[in-house]
Amino acid sequence: MSAQPADVASPPRPRVSWHTGTVVETRRETPSAVRITLDVPTWPESPAGAHLDVRLTAPDGYQASRSYSVASAAPGGQVVLAVDEIPDGEVSPFLVHDLRPGDQVELHGPLGAFFVWRPGRTTRPVQLVAGGSGVVPLYAMAAAHGAAADTVPFRLLYSARTPADVFFADELATLAGPTLGLDLVYTRAAPDGWPDPVGRLTRESLAARTVPAEQHPHVYVCGSTGFVETVARWLQDLGHAAADIHTERFGGL
Amino acid sequence: MSFVTRGFSGRRREADPRLPPGQTLVQDWPVLSAGPTPRVDTADWEFTIRDETGADHRWSWDELLALGVEDVTVDIHCVTHWSKLDMAWRGVSLDKVFENVESEHEYVMAHSYGGYTTNVPLEDLLDGKAWIATEAEGEPLDPEHGGPARLLVPHLYFWKSAKWLRGLTMMPDNDPGFWEQYGYHLYGDPWKEERYW
Amino acid sequence: MTHHLDGNVLAGALSEVFRSDVTAARGRCGGCGRTAPIAEAMVWTDAPGLVARCAGCDRVLATVVDTGDRVILSLAGLSAVELRR
Repeated sequence: MSAQPADVASPPRPRVSWHTGTVVETRRETPSAVRITLDVPTWPESPAGAHLDVRLTAPDGYQASRSYSVASAAPGGQVVLAVDEIPDGEVSPFLVHDLRPGDQVELHGPLGAFFVWRPGRTTRPVQLVAGGSGVVPLYAMAAAHGAAADTVPFRLLYSARTPADVFFADELATLAGPTLGLDLVYTRAAPDGWPDPVGRLTRESLAARTVPAEQHPHVYVCGSTGFVETVARWLQDLGHAAADIHTERFGGL
Repeated sequence: MSFVTRGFSGRRREADPRLPPGQTLVQDWPVLSAGPTPRVDTADWEFTIRDETGADHRWSWDELLALGVEDVTVDIHCVTHWSKLDMAWRGVSLDKVFENVESEHEYVMAHSYGGYTTNVPLEDLLDGKAWIATEAEGEPLDPEHGGPARLLVPHLYFWKSAKWLRGLTMMPDNDPGFWEQYGYHLYGDPWKEERYW
Repeated sequence: MTHHLDGNVLAGALSEVFRSDVTAARGRCGGCGRTAPIAEAMVWTDAPGLVARCAGCDRVLATVVDTGDRVILSLAGLSAVELRR
């Protein structure tokens, strides 16, 4: 193994606790997803990539809990989630269709020390690979990178079905620039005049649009289980060390 | 600290007086799994009962079916709180399977393809209380639901109805199987809500 | 659903048991010896409990059963856990 630049040790982790979030706004993000903004006065500092568990309680005491990545959060302020509806799901259809401003939900977090990125911890470049709604924690990392004016080179390769299915499209377009390279791959339909082929990501396309393995980037891959496992395998085929690849699976095929 | 979430009721669930405590009726058939789904072709399938002498009693798929498949309608109760009533199944009664098996041991460990285990007293498998099930709701059991064959012991919580059944081992003590080792009740009577340790 | 998630989803359940998030901690599989972050375990969540399995050999590393008033945790399949201070 070649020598790699040293990474700065991690800071102390925030305390995990239960919070009550009050819905400020829900708005359509994609045809199947909503962006939910919550007021969470007790929310501490949380690293980009962290998630929280939303717990819902029915009148008979039945509870259901699901994990969602935090798109953005301010300590003591607003927490933004993006929830994609899973057909026949138990929790996501409720969050996507039934949640109203003023509603309160229980949140457990911030959670996650593995799939997180903090500015200033490393000088190695960062490659983000997103499949569908898997972009949410990666958007959080790109936004944190931008907000900190961190100069480590970031690239985001984002595979989405169609332009309407792109989460945080405006925010990502604004963040794209000298320190964030943004590569979109459309799998079903692209805008008129789109220069690249429409279709699923391939290993060749991945190779052409990601930081090369020789630069030893930290790589974060998030999406459905099938997407993540395929991409992670390809990345290793391309020479990235397994220890450099962080994955987070959202379920689905 | 927990409070009721306005407007949330979970999946469509109903109460019914025929349900054990803490259960609600569902219309679908949830799939729960502790690991990857084994895929076993009936051509390769084998069921074995191992008794305390170490002798193995074996049945191929055809031999199992030849013992006689019957229709049964039963209620099933999952420890994760869902139940289905009047569910149609087809299977071979364990009474037929045990006809020529002698054992002094009173307990059984059910083994599944894929490694899952669950323990059941022998008397809970006999006298018309249990089957090796091959069909449910009019269809051959698909792998997700435990096919080609699973244990069916409807009077106990459904984790005892081991999917992907491969065999039964007679044992002198009621040793815990998979979920019983990790927090679930050794016996599992839904009417007494015997869910956990 | 019979697909799996990964160990990241254990963070919430394990936060009640450990002082700090263990998903970044490395665990050694007692079966095959594979040592990897707990976040990389294959985790089945549609079950009577959370079941974390080794990504290398499928052996059960850990289980978490929530009874409502208790959490029952087994780490029996892990032969060692390494946490950075």
